[in-house]
Amino acid sequence: MKRFTYVRAVSIDQAIESLSVHPDAKLLAGGTNLVDLMKYDVATPTTIIDINDLPLREISETADGGLRIGALVTNSDVAVHPSVARHYPLLASAILAGASAQLRNAATVAGNLMQRTRCSYFYDVLTPCNKRAPGSGCPARPGLNRNHAILGASELCVATHPSDMCVALAAIGATIIVQGPNGLRAIPLADFHRLPGDAPEKDTTLFGNEVILGIELPPVLEHHRYSYLKIRDRLSYAFAIVSAAVWLTIDDEAAISTAQIALGGVAHKPWRNTAAEALLIGRPASRVNFEQFASMLLSGAVALSENDFKIDLARRTVVRALEQAASRTPQSQSDKRIH
Amino acid sequence: MAAAPNTAHRVAYTINGVIRVATVEPGVTLLDLLREEFDLTGTKKGCDHGQCGACTVLMNGHRINSCLVLAVSRSGSVVTTIEGIGTSDGLHPLQEAFVKHDALQCGYCTPGQICSAIGLISEGTAKTRDEIREGMSGNLCRCGAYTGIVDAIEEVMAAVSDAESLP
Repeated sequence: MKRFTYVRAVSIDQAIESLSVHPDAKLLAGGTNLVDLMKYDVATPTTIIDINDLPLREISETADGGLRIGALVTNSDVAVHPSVARHYPLLASAILAGASAQLRNAATVAGNLMQRTRCSYFYDVLTPCNKRAPGSGCPARPGLNRNHAILGASELCVATHPSDMCVALAAIGATIIVQGPNGLRAIPLADFHRLPGDAPEKDTTLFGNEVILGIELPPVLEHHRYSYLKIRDRLSYAFAIVSAAVWLTIDDEAAISTAQIALGGVAHKPWRNTAAEALLIGRPASRVNFEQFASMLLSGAVALSENDFKIDLARRTVVRALEQAASRTPQSQSDKRIH
Repeated sequence: MAAAPNTAHRVAYTINGVIRVATVEPGVTLLDLLREEFDLTGTKKGCDHGQCGACTVLMNGHRINSCLVLAVSRSGSVVTTIEGIGTSDGLHPLQEAFVKHDALQCGYCTPGQICSAIGLISEGTAKTRDEIREGMSGNLCRCGAYTGIVDAIEEVMAAVSDAESLP
């Protein structure tokens, strides 16, 4: 680990000011990803700004009937919060599908949003990586890319976003609340993470001197149906090869009235196709419609040398998750048998 | 808030009921503080990257990976390590159950397993064997004593009607 200066912010304004003064500073919350990246010298900040004293640990209802979750609430506390468990069980399920209990007890909401890819080349400072060292190259494209992107990748980067929580937030339609020198900004989750394009070093659209204050969930969706189905190489405590978050309502005539579906493990950000979702509205919740939707969702998929299996796997995962949601039998995150 | 580069920082922790203070550089983890400064070597360094769970301790009642906590960041916390669980005269119920069920072979992961299991039981969300396995997935055992570990936790969990009554 490179040596660094440690400062502790006592206010949000002070954290913003400190970020402005130290452009290469990193904010420290739970530290479960940042400290790890620093141990590998992948992250080499000269200043760490500890924000653990900031008043960002509340979960409260918003005026419009949604929920606001502070940036420093731990992943565990989000998952077990009664309002989350009752009104946004998709979010609770996705969080419990990720990491381990120890990590969830330390990791925060903001840290989960800001975590970096687990691409093995990104983590290995002895290899080139356009995300870690812009312009140095991408060994993953011709190399070990079984876990890499099939959607939205660029010539420069084929990394995937590793979060489970963010996939659920994408399906639910969360908003990220941030504060910078010029005040508050609300960023829809779909616009928060970015595709790699020609700047893979940038994971998000956050400015360098902005602090995440929290996330806002839209008003409670009555009679929602959901499932978070995560496919991985071992039963627990592994990143997704593919995951699907389904947030669905079905009306009295058995027609789909809300369809918000996000894919994880397949792209640089949680993947949604709202045009494909719109075609599900008003149609029966049937397997044939789900299969048609899944084909549209994966229509632009491009395989790398080792991951062509992921395209069909993603398609099947989406169909299965939609069927689980429609039948009100969401995937359990402890009994991993897929029904 | 300002501090000179690489300044050492004063930290204070309540560890197993005793207040301990030290001066650390900001890059020192809670794990290294416990082992190197306080000579509490029961907490093990396995991977040092939050992947194996050998370094699990209870911080303010919650199980965490001590290898990923900067000691300077969580000064003031209450920490329980394996040295604070049971005594040579009276084992903790989980320690007794681990012995009874052969829930270890080499023993290197055991302090982390015990701390993690105490956290699991006090969280109160795991009821079934599947849920115990899922809840303990952050603790690897390369000897493969998983069946015994789940047996031991299941037995203690059944005996503890109130999680608060666990020492």
